[in-house]
Parts: sequence; C-alpha cells; structure tokens
Amino acid sequence: MKHDLAKIPEIIGRYPQQESSLIMVLQDIQKEFNYLPCEALEQTAEALHVPLSKVFSVSTFYNAFSLTKKGDVVVRVCIGTACHIRGARQIQEQLETALKIQAGETTRDEKFTLEVVGCVGACAMAPVVLTNEQYHAQCKVHTVKKLVSKR
Amino acid sequence: MRIESEKQLRDYRKKLIEADKKLVKKIMVCHGPGCLASGAEKISAEFEKQLKKKRIKGVSIESVKKTGCHSFCEKSPLVAIEPAQVLYTRVQIRDVAEIIEKSVKGDDVIERLVYHDPKTDEAIEKYPDIPFYKHQTRIALRNLGKINACDIDDYIRVGGYDAAVKAVLHMTPDEVIDEVKKANLRGRGGGGFPAGRKWESCRKIEADVRYVVCNGDEGDPGAFMDRAIMEGDPHTVLEGMIIAAYAIGAKDGYIYVREEYPLAVINLQKAIEQAEAIGLLGDNIMGTSFSLRIHINRGAGAFVCGESSALMMSVAGHVGEPRAKYIRSVQKGLYDQPTVLNNVETYSNVPMIISNGADWFTSIGAPKNSGTKAFSLVGKVRHTGLIEVPMGTTLRTIIYDIGGGIQKDRQFKAVQTGGPSGGCLAEQHLDLSVDFDTLTAHGSMMGSGGMIVMDERTCMVDVAKYFLSFLVSESCGKCIPCREGLYQLYKLAIAISEGRGKEEDIARMERLSDHVVVGSLCGLGKSGPNPFLSTVANFRDEYLAHIVDHKCSAGVCKELIKFEVITEKCDGCMACISACAVNAITGKKKQPHIINQELCTKCGACVAACNRDAIAVF
Repeated sequence: MKHDLAKIPEIIGRYPQQESSLIMVLQDIQKEFNYLPCEALEQTAEALHVPLSKVFSVSTFYNAFSLTKKGDVVVRVCIGTACHIRGARQIQEQLETALKIQAGETTRDEKFTLEVVGCVGACAMAPVVLTNEQYHAQCKVHTVKKLVSKR
Repeated sequence: MRIESEKQLRDYRKKLIEADKKLVKKIMVCHGPGCLASGAEKISAEFEKQLKKKRIKGVSIESVKKTGCHSFCEKSPLVAIEPAQVLYTRVQIRDVAEIIEKSVKGDDVIERLVYHDPKTDEAIEKYPDIPFYKHQTRIALRNLGKINACDIDDYIRVGGYDAAVKAVLHMTPDEVIDEVKKANLRGRGGGGFPAGRKWESCRKIEADVRYVVCNGDEGDPGAFMDRAIMEGDPHTVLEGMIIAAYAIGAKDGYIYVREEYPLAVINLQKAIEQAEAIGLLGDNIMGTSFSLRIHINRGAGAFVCGESSALMMSVAGHVGEPRAKYIRSVQKGLYDQPTVLNNVETYSNVPMIISNGADWFTSIGAPKNSGTKAFSLVGKVRHTGLIEVPMGTTLRTIIYDIGGGIQKDRQFKAVQTGGPSGGCLAEQHLDLSVDFDTLTAHGSMMGSGGMIVMDERTCMVDVAKYFLSFLVSESCGKCIPCREGLYQLYKLAIAISEGRGKEEDIARMERLSDHVVVGSLCGLGKSGPNPFLSTVANFRDEYLAHIVDHKCSAGVCKELIKFEVITEKCDGCMACISACAVNAITGKKKQPHIINQELCTKCGACVAACNRDAIAVF
C-alpha cells in the first residue's frame, strides 16, 4: 500500500485547529494510512498547538491507534464474552497457527495482521471474526483457517 | 418545510400515513447487527433487484424496508412480511424469488422458512405468536424492525417527534423534569441513578453553558442493545436528547459512539441532518428560542471511556482517565460545565414517557424499577437475540421462555450480567426478579444489559480469568490498586486454571479483592474483582476441583484436560484427522481413530469437526 504523506495537512484541516480535535484527527489519519506515521504525529502536534508528548500519549492510550504498519487484511477475532463462551480462544489459536503469528502481529509479507477485539456487538452470532470490514458469523474451529487461506 | 407547531406535525404525519397505505405489502429486511453479519445487505438488494423487474399492484421498491434489529438474531437473516406479521428465518438469496411470488404477490406462507418450535416442530407463522416475542414489552426498542432506520418520515409516521413537540411547545422545562422524575426512569447504562433527579440538579446549577451527552460507548463485551438502537432507530436517541436539552437548558449535545460501531455513526449523522432540515434540531427549534446542535464523537477503543468522567475527557480530546467524583458531572462535567450524561437506552425511553405520561410508565415494571430493560440474550442459550422485558421478569422466564432453554438441552450453569463489573448468578437465582436492586443484592448487577448464559461446558474459573484479563488490559493505569491488584488477581486465576493453585490462594484473592474495591477511583476498579468474587461465592467447588483434584469438569482449562476418541461412537470418517493441524490423530477409514496425547495441542478442532460426538473431553 502506498502512503501519500502529502494528505496529512488536508486531514488535519478537516477539524478546528484546537486540542479537542486531536482524537478525531488521529482517527482520520489512522483510517487513511492504517497506522499513524511519525510525520503525521509531528504535524498534528504543530497544527493543533499540542505538545508532541501529548499526541504520543493519546496515540498509545487508545486501542484504535497503531504506530506500526498493518497488513492488507486485518483479521480481528472478537473476544467479547459471548464469543469467549462459544470458543473464541480456540478460533484465535487456529488463526495464530495458520498465519504463524501471535495476535497483535503482522505476517512478514504484510498481507495479514491478526488482532483481538473486545466486542464488535454481533454477540448473537458468536463466535465472530472480521476480515477488514467483513463479518464472519458463527465461525467453526475446524474451518476458520479458510478465512486466511487465500494468500 | 420546517415543523413549528403540533398541527403541522400532525398534518405531515397524516400525509405520510396516507402514502404508506398505498403500499399493500411491506418487506421488512432486518439490518440489525446479527443479520448484517449474516449477509442481510445482499438479501435486501436482491429483493430490490427482483421487484424492479416485476409489476405487482401495491408493491414497489419502496416496499423493501431496511429495518433495525428485528431481534431474533439466532435465526438471522430475518425477513418479515407486513401487515401479515409473517416472519421468515435464515433467508437465503435463493429464497427471495419464492417469497415474492408466494407471500408478496400472493398471500401464502412458505412453511419451510417460518420458525418451528424445537420441541414440537410446529410451524409458527406470525412472529407475535413465537415465544421469543410473546413475553416481551417494547419501549426503548419499540421501532426496531418496524421502520426504515435512516428515514425521518418513517419515524414521524409512527408517532416520532410527538414528544419533542409536546415538551418544547407545551411544557415548561420544570414540567418535563417533573414528569421524568415521577416516571422514576433509572439510568439504563447500569448505574440506575434516576435521570429526572440528574436533570434537576444540572438545571439548578447557575451557568451560561450546559451540555447533554449521550453515552453510546457500550463497552461491555456481550452487549449490543445500544448498537441496535443507534443503528436501527437513531431518531429516538435524538428526540430523547432534544427533550433533555430543553429541560436543562443546553445548546450543545454530544453523542459518544464507540469505534467498533461505524454504522451507528453513519446513521446518527444522517438522522441529525434530517432533523436539522425540518427544524427539529439546530437554531430556533420549532420556531422557539431553543437551539440545539448535536455532535458525534467517535470513541477510540478504550473500555474505560464508558465511565462518565473518562468519557468527557475523551470528548475533549484527552486520554480517557477518570477523575475523582467529589464534584459530580452535573456540576462540572464536559469542559467543566454542568453536564447531563445518559445512556442510549435511557434517552430512548424519554419520548415515550413524555407522550404517554409518568403514570403509564410506572404501571410497567417492578416497585422502584419502572419500565422495561433491554438485554442482549447471548451465550449458550438456544434463542439468542435482542430482548426487552418489564423489570421484575424472572431470569427463568428470560432464559427458558424467551430464550428457549440451553443449547443442545445441556445443563444450565450460570448467567452473567453486568459486563466485567457484574457477576455470575447460579441455578438457585433463576427465580430472582431482574431489576436494579435485586441483582445488586445478589452479587451481580443490572449493567447495561449483556446477559450471557453459560452451561455445563463453561468453566467458571476460566470465566473469572477471562474478565480479569479483559480488565487488566483495559485498566487505564491511573490507580495502583486497579492496575496492579487486578493483575495479581489475574495471575492467581491463571495459576488455578493451570492446576498450580493452592487452597490458600482463594482467601488471598478475596483479601486482595477488598483492597482493589476500596482503593480504586472509578467504577472499573471498584467493581473489577466482581467476576472473581461472584464466581467464587457461587462455584467454590469448581475452584477447589481445579486446585485439589486438578480437574476442570467443564473441559475448558487446557492444562487439566485431555481429548480421547470414544471408540464405540467413532465410525472412522476421518473428519477429525483432516481438521487436526498437528497430525495428532491417526487411523484408517471406517476404523476408530486414536489421538496421540503427546502431539495433541487441545485446540478443539477435532471436537468441532466430529459429527458423531465421538471425541470426549476429560
């Protein structure tokens, strides 16, 4: 994926140039690049008149932000209570085995990132896995690896 | 058009009802969380595509409504045919043509697609007759499944914005507050604090600027009521906020929606624009001097931001750390101004209270617990879904009558309510009345409405470990008792689940829990030990079995279990062999297979693959 850093000023410009816009700006940057590039943090700090340390603090506090690049496909295993009760941990282990990475890591070819997420609110269809925005309902332990087989 | 009087709204509604009558049939395609996950968008697109080609009298593409959650998620994707009230379950794209032919063009019911009672196999055509729906009373969820989620006209047609017009044009702010106080509407986010009293204290503080905030953070894992409302009936949230803002005198409102709900943000944004376009939001609402702008803030994936003071920090762009509460947020909340913060479901109840009156509201529910409560009924229950019941309904009614009992007729073990701050209730609690006070008195809590049913295959030590691990990763780290105390509890829970625990560990954990409860600043820490405390109170034997006998009877804790093939049941189909990722299973076709214990990683794939229940977990 190519990253056009020239887009950063435009994203920052979408919101009032003040501290309260910080989270929204970072969200839009994260959405655009799939992570927060170093340059973006510096430019955000300057534009919103916020110390870089505070931008860093907010970027590392919230789970939605990532300081490292993610893979093309972000596989998110929901580990909410309903999913946990119906075997989300086994689902997670199957995907870890299939991708040869741990949750939170990205494959070396940068195709897949495996993550766990608190709850995506599709509890009745547990266990749930998302590949990017796509939901996969009622996943089965013995077939879930198919979701990451097209490499 | 701008709506500036009650008459205008009434006339406009009349027109909408007339137009609606022209649609002889409506096809309600559920676009709730469960159905969307099961491909509902493709189903509604297919209906539209096929209807475009066909000419059926009184049916057009307008007949296809993309509604909010119809609530019977277990059977998703759902399609209801109105006004016949026929509900089709597990609808596939290939069924669409048949539905159009038989039930839209004709008046037949396709028996194959309707709900069948699991015990008698009797087909039930109309959804109000299905036990899942029969025991429910809907106030907050009243429009879900009935109207197009993103259409203000549909909302107005069914009575929407009546209450806002009544409050703003015909009531004083004090009268509004009195009505909500009399209704005794308690905070549906889980706190249970009376909303009317909150509004009153906020109004009494002298200030130029006040705020209304809606908590749509719904961080409790296993809960999706607020998601369903925000996505499926966003206008009801706005209407509740308009009434609250008018009552306290706020000009700005914020809805804080969690990051994982992108569709809720889209639908709320659309709803705000629609309401602004007809003068129900924005400057000089309904031609009065009352103005309100509602803004949406997206959360960024932090559980603690569901806590009121942390949420307000996050709205202001800071790290979401809670603050001490000796000054309440009704005095100094968002940007240090008096602020009323209520949850999505609380706001959804407000329009109905204003329209129907406090007496009507208090006639529903239990003493001191008026009205209803929405729950996401999930876990090992047969009929998962979104439900709303009068307060005071028993857990047994919810789990057995509405939920249809436990999956595969297994043994009920526990029900978890209140999210990570709540607790697990056991068999002896099944006849308890579900309300704020009763649940708290028995060591759990109402919480925002997650209700997770557990069966004999759920290990209670594992459940405690699960919640502790969740809380350890979500603790903001401000207070040491929470940050370190919960971590130590988690480590001890791991030791017990792996068979390394000692008997005195239980007492040690109980002692440590006391310290965490006393020493933490916010609700997350104060209630953090609850999942452990309630499981150890109700399931101490299970803890002891792990510690003394090194046994996990539920077959969950990996270090204490092993998988074995039951030779009598195995027909040698080789399904488990191909499912095993580590080649731990051997055997020939049509001959019983064998699991090599040294290689087995206990991943459970073989159990899931086996169609004959021939793999036992000890």
